[in-house]
Amino acid sequence: MDYLKAFIVGGGICVLGQLMMDLTSYRITPAHILVGFVTGGVAISALGLYQPLIDFAGAGATVPLPGFGHLLAQGAIKGVQENGLLGAFGGGVEASAVGIAAAIIFGYLIAAIFSPRGE
Amino acid sequence: MEQDRAVPSAHETQKKIYSQMVARTKPKPPLARNVTGAFFFGGAICTLGQALLNFYISMGLTRPDAGAAASATLVFWAALLTGLGVYDSIAKYAGAGTIVPITGFANSIVAPALEFRREGMVFGVGQRMFTIAGPVLAYGFISAWMVGLITYLFK
Amino acid sequence: MAATKKTGMQTITFQNPPFFRGNAAVAGPKEGQGPLGRTFDVVLPDTLNGEETWEKAERKMLENACELAITKAGLTVEEIDFMMAGDLLNQLISANFTARDLGIPFIGLYGACSTMFEGIALASMLVEGGFADYVLAAASSHYDTAERQYRYPTEMGVQRPLTSQWTVTGAGAAVIGCEGKGPAITHVTIGKVIDLGIKDPSDMGSAMAPAAADTVIQHFKDTGRSPSDYDLIITGDLAAVGRALTEQLVKQAGYDISKNYTDCGILIYDPVQDTHAGGSGCGCSAVVLNGYLMGEIRTGKYRRVLGVGTGALLSPISSFQGESIPGIGHAVVIESTASLRK
Repeated sequence: MDYLKAFIVGGGICVLGQLMMDLTSYRITPAHILVGFVTGGVAISALGLYQPLIDFAGAGATVPLPGFGHLLAQGAIKGVQENGLLGAFGGGVEASAVGIAAAIIFGYLIAAIFSPRGE
Repeated sequence: MEQDRAVPSAHETQKKIYSQMVARTKPKPPLARNVTGAFFFGGAICTLGQALLNFYISMGLTRPDAGAAASATLVFWAALLTGLGVYDSIAKYAGAGTIVPITGFANSIVAPALEFRREGMVFGVGQRMFTIAGPVLAYGFISAWMVGLITYLFK
Repeated sequence: MAATKKTGMQTITFQNPPFFRGNAAVAGPKEGQGPLGRTFDVVLPDTLNGEETWEKAERKMLENACELAITKAGLTVEEIDFMMAGDLLNQLISANFTARDLGIPFIGLYGACSTMFEGIALASMLVEGGFADYVLAAASSHYDTAERQYRYPTEMGVQRPLTSQWTVTGAGAAVIGCEGKGPAITHVTIGKVIDLGIKDPSDMGSAMAPAAADTVIQHFKDTGRSPSDYDLIITGDLAAVGRALTEQLVKQAGYDISKNYTDCGILIYDPVQDTHAGGSGCGCSAVVLNGYLMGEIRTGKYRRVLGVGTGALLSPISSFQGESIPGIGHAVVIESTASLRK
C-alpha cells in the first residue's frame, strides 16, 4: 500500500511538471521546473500543507523536488525556533545538506571517471 | 517611436498573421504520451525511493536519516546512469518524470560537469556543474531563509 | 557605373557562369546511417573522429572535407586563391582553425546554417568577377559542439519538442573555378534578414521560413522565372515545419512550389532516426549539397536547381533576453553543364 501511494502521488507531481512544460510551449524549460518546484515546495511547506502529503504518500512526496523544498523550509523554521535569527540562515541548509552534498560529490566523481558519450 | 506603438504597423500585423499560421502548422506536443511517460517513470522513481526508505528504516535509521540516505542513494544512481549515458535516453520518454524527482537535480549537475570536463577541472567541471543546480540552490536557500525570517518575526 | 551583372533588386546573373570543380562531404555516423549515407565521401566511425574533443573532431572533419574537395578538383592547396568558410561555434573556431592549418588566404563567414550557400554565392562572385581562379567554400557543424553551446549538454535529461531539429554532424566543401566540368552557378540571390517574431529557440524552422520564402519570391521576381523553370527547389535546413510554412508563404505570393520543393533537413534523416522535425546546422546543407545534390545533378537527374541556404541568426544570449529569432536565406542557381549549352 505504501508503494502504491508513493507511485500515484509521485507520478502525479511529475505529471504536473509535464503539463506545465507542454502547455506553455518553450517558455518553461526543465531548469524553470527544477527552480519552480523547489521554491514552490518551500512555500507550500511553510503554509503547513506539505507535511500531510508526506504523511500520506511517504517517498511519493519526499523524492520529488517539492520534498527538497519542504526540507529547506522546515529546516529554516526549526532553526529559528532553536537558534533564533541565525537559524533562518543555517536551518534550511543543514536539513538539506546530505542531498546537496551527495549530488555535488557524486556528480564530481562521475564527471571525473566517465567521458561524455554525446548524441 | 511612440507613434509606432499607437498604431500597429504593417510589420506587426504581418507578425500576428504569421504566428497564427505557425500555430496551425506546427505539431502539437503528444500530451497523452508525455503525461503517461511522466506519470509512469516519476511514480516508479518514487516507489524505488519508498523501497529505499523502508530498507534504511529497517536497518535502524531514524525516519529523517533514512530519508536523507534514500535521497543520497537515488542521487548516486542518477549520477551513474548519467555517466553511462543512459539517463538522457530514459528522459526522452519520461519527460518531467525524470526531471521532477531528486534524480533530475542530480542529472542537472552531472550532465554539464561531464561534458565540460574538457575545459578543465575549475572552469569546466567545477563551474559548469552548477549551471542549473546553482539557480535551484540560490532560490531554494533564499526562499527558505525568507520562511525562517517570517517565522522569526511573527513567532 | 551601373552594376551590369545585377538583375532586379537582389539577384546577380553571371554572364560567364563559374563552375563547381570539386565537392566533398564528410558526415557523422548518424548521418551516414541516414537515407543519403551513400552519397557522402567519408562517414566518420564515431563523433570524436579520433580526437580528444568534439570541437577538434569538427575541425578535423572540416579540414578533411576541404582537402578532399581540392584533391577532387585536381588542384593543390597552393593553387586555391581564397577560402571562405564558417561554422556555428563562437568566434568561428572550426573555420578559423582549419584555415590556420591549411594556410589559404581566408575570409570567415557567419550565416548560421546558410553559410555553405553564402560561401558559394561569394566565391562565385569572386571567380566570375575575375578576382580569383579558384575559391574554396566550406562549412561545418557538429551535434555535440552545437548542442552544448546553444541548448543543453547532451547528457541532460530533456525532452526535445517535435518542432526541434537535429544538428547535423558534417562538413562540406566546394572548389569553385572559372573553368571545369562540374555544374555551373548561374544566379545568386542574396537574402535579407527577416524576422516575423518567432521566439521559440526549439522551433527554428518557423523562424527561418519567412526569410527563405522572401528570398525565393524575390528570386522569381528578379529573374522573371517561375517554379516550373526548376527541376528542384531545395531549402537549406528548414525541416518539416519550416518547409510547410515556406510552401504556404510562397504560395501567398502567387508561386506554387509544392510539386518540386524539398528541404535538406528533411532528406538527410529517416523519420525512424527520431530527429523530430529533421536536420539543421551548417553541416546539413553542406553535406546534402556537396554529397547528394551534386551527384544527382552530375548524373542528370536534375538539370537546374534553385538552392536556398537558410540560417537562424540567434544566440543563446539573445534568446535569454527575450529577443525574437531573425532568419536569412541565400539562393544559388545550379545548372548542369549539359543544360547550360542548350
